[in-house]
Amino acid sequence: MSLALLQEAVSYVPFAAIGAGLAAIGAGIGIGKIGGSAMEAIARQPEMQGKIQSSAIVLIAFVEAVALFAVVVSLIAK
Amino acid sequence: MQINTIKTLLLSLFLAISFFGFASDNSEDKTNEKEFNVTEMIMHHVKDAHEFHIMDWNGHAVSIPLPIILWTDSGLVTFMSSEFHHDDLGKIVVEKNGLKFVKFHEEIYFANPEAEHGSYISHDAEHHAINAKPLDFSITKLVFSMFLSVVLLILIFGFSARAYSKNGVPKGIAKFTEPLVVFIRDEVAIPNIGEKNYRKFMPFLLSLFFFIWINNMMGLIPFFPFSANLSGNIAFTFVLALITFVITTIVANKDYWKHIFWMPGVPVPMKIFLAPIEFMGIFIKPISLMIRLFANITAGHIIVLSLISLIFIFKSIWIAPVSVAFSFFISIIEVLVVAIQAYIFTMLSALYIGSAMEEHEH
Repeated sequence: MSLALLQEAVSYVPFAAIGAGLAAIGAGIGIGKIGGSAMEAIARQPEMQGKIQSSAIVLIAFVEAVALFAVVVSLIAK
Repeated sequence: MQINTIKTLLLSLFLAISFFGFASDNSEDKTNEKEFNVTEMIMHHVKDAHEFHIMDWNGHAVSIPLPIILWTDSGLVTFMSSEFHHDDLGKIVVEKNGLKFVKFHEEIYFANPEAEHGSYISHDAEHHAINAKPLDFSITKLVFSMFLSVVLLILIFGFSARAYSKNGVPKGIAKFTEPLVVFIRDEVAIPNIGEKNYRKFMPFLLSLFFFIWINNMMGLIPFFPFSANLSGNIAFTFVLALITFVITTIVANKDYWKHIFWMPGVPVPMKIFLAPIEFMGIFIKPISLMIRLFANITAGHIIVLSLISLIFIFKSIWIAPVSVAFSFFISIIEVLVVAIQAYIFTMLSALYIGSAMEEHEH
């Protein structure tokens, strides 16, 4: 009974916010690494800029998607 | 180039300012009644609705009514959503064909015979409605928005097609669409599907790209016939992903299934271990397509509206420049993001189709 009361009293919204924040950290690291490596690659081979850019954008979309999965979970959990 | 940049900036500024206008219209009314609820406002915008809400004016909602089409045990029932008089709490009953309907949280339910606290809806412990529901085929805000995008696409590509009728030189809007079509062909279809088979899938890939793109863009335009969050609706992305899944499964050749269930060149214990994972992968790929588009577009809408809502959270006009500047910035990023998301969806669909038709040499 007391546990049920406790569960009713606790709001999960702050935890959802923390989850979204953690996801943002992960996505930040991921996109940072992709961007850094893409820059390095373009500096080494400027003639490949177009190809490197487009594949970097695709990879960023993958990383971003994982972060957004976390955002969706945070939206649902309340 | 310079002029184009300035034009883009001006356009985006205009968009950001109209967002600002929309949000302030929305809130003026609510502060009179109760505290402005940011979550409620954002969720109301992000979800589907039976009427197209434009703004609130002196405490009255200004909205376009949309038809409600219901399939019940006694046949088809149709009426306009204006008969609910903007009620969304199950308080106003509409009687048609001897059946009583109420609207509660944008869903149509059969009404209870007796009202309880003014509402004809029964709730369970978690405050969900437990009344029976008719099958709802209504032209909702999102369906309306989808029809509009289809009309726009037919117009754009009808004119593009006609531009080629005289000689092979594009003119008018075809100058805009041709590079995009060529881009999808040369950068998406041919590298992923292959020179041999790509032609069959071009209509699908082009429809996918332009349909997603135009709906994403329409979601970014913040005034009446646009602004619906269509591509941020999970049902919409689900159907698109389902089509990709069905096409991938149908065109898949022997090698594709072999690489899933009994991949060559791998030791037998590893094959047994990998086969279920690969099998789940068949479904996880389209599911990730579905969630990626849904989450990206919904997140974009939520971010812009949250930034605007900062003004009403802090209750200070001095926050307004900051939040308008931020939403201006985000709006520009969103223009890029929606194009990238349409591209990614198309590219990954092409990739999955291509991988299902790949011929291996061993």
